[in-house]
Amino acid sequence: MDTLRVATVWLGGCSGCHMSFLDLDEFLLELAQKVELVFSPIVDVKEYPENVDLVLIEGAVCNEDHLEMVHKIRRRTKAIVAFGDCAVTGNVTAIRNQLGRGNAASVLQRAYLECADLNPQIPKEPGIVPPLLERVMPVHEVVHVDYYLPGCPPPADRIKALLEQVLAGAEPKLAGKDIKFG
Amino acid sequence: MAAKTLTIDGKEVSAAEGATILEAASDAGITLPTLCHLEGVYDVGACRMCLVEIAGTPKLLPACTTQVSEGMNVTTTSERLQQYRKMILELLFAERNHVCAVCVANGHCELQTLAYRQGMDHVRYDYCFPKWDVDITHPLYGMDHNRCILCTRCVRVCWHIEGAGTKNVAGRGAKAQIITDLFQPWGESDTCTNCGKCVMSCPTGALFYRGATVGEMERDRSKLEFIVTAREKKQWIP
Repeated sequence: MDTLRVATVWLGGCSGCHMSFLDLDEFLLELAQKVELVFSPIVDVKEYPENVDLVLIEGAVCNEDHLEMVHKIRRRTKAIVAFGDCAVTGNVTAIRNQLGRGNAASVLQRAYLECADLNPQIPKEPGIVPPLLERVMPVHEVVHVDYYLPGCPPPADRIKALLEQVLAGAEPKLAGKDIKFG
Repeated sequence: MAAKTLTIDGKEVSAAEGATILEAASDAGITLPTLCHLEGVYDVGACRMCLVEIAGTPKLLPACTTQVSEGMNVTTTSERLQQYRKMILELLFAERNHVCAVCVANGHCELQTLAYRQGMDHVRYDYCFPKWDVDITHPLYGMDHNRCILCTRCVRVCWHIEGAGTKNVAGRGAKAQIITDLFQPWGESDTCTNCGKCVMSCPTGALFYRGATVGEMERDRSKLEFIVTAREKKQWIP
């Protein structure tokens, strides 16, 4: 049997979901036997590969790089899991949407000018620093998402429950407290 | 009072005349999902979570405000009801800004609990991200309109348990909101008795006790000053 080609991606999130993933502890060893981790913040691969079976996407779609990335992921991946509340709902990253039109400019001004102690300036490096989108979006607002794994972060047990279902060849289906937000 | 005989989920049930379907179901050990219902205050059927199917009626009716009648055949759980309940929850989440991860009620929220119990793992509708204020003008309590679902529990306890009549609803549709007195800051209310019943009744984190989050503790040293002045100068200045 071919090993499952799995990826994890970090978009607009705090990396807490990935921390929770690492909390899988000894299950990670079991997982390493059964899947090939082809792309992840903890793997030194620069380009998202072709023919990925399953991807866990942490974070919301906040900037132009994220937008390009999720479209690329969709083209190259069989099943997308929205991994954590930011990917599922927008969560904290989407709070700026409440500020309405021009929120991207006003949050940058607040963070990099008004609150700066040293060198107040808005980071601007075309081709390197991606511009913020006018509106933060949960992943399913941009591309089709196959499965949802909510939680801020999803506890390790919840991640394990979903991965075990996938490894058993079943359609992942979480219920009850395993789909609790927050 | 005459008793009525009806069927709920295939079970023969008898209930007092004037009882609601929700009461009859509860007596028969059948639990319905509710959100605006609160034991002790009258029901208004605001949230539509307890909608049931009644044979012979094309409309779905809220169990909390529909009275039992003789021979009524009620269904409380079906694919159709399940879909509507989930849809209602998704619309509630989409309408205001419910960010569970940073909410004071995280883990103690009836909206959050209902969502996972009804199988809501994401919201299919676009979030509205409206701009709402937080009223922290009251010294003891706060009101975050971002988290309000307009169940009106606070209004009902304020009028009918406390009898103060401070809380009200103003506006219509998506612009409806809970107000104090004549739409003024809570801290300036003449009628609020500071009883806190509204906070106790709230199903979400919309109404909360102040002083519980980072940086909110304020010391009041005036009592110390009062005693020291009284002791040293023999003057009792409040």
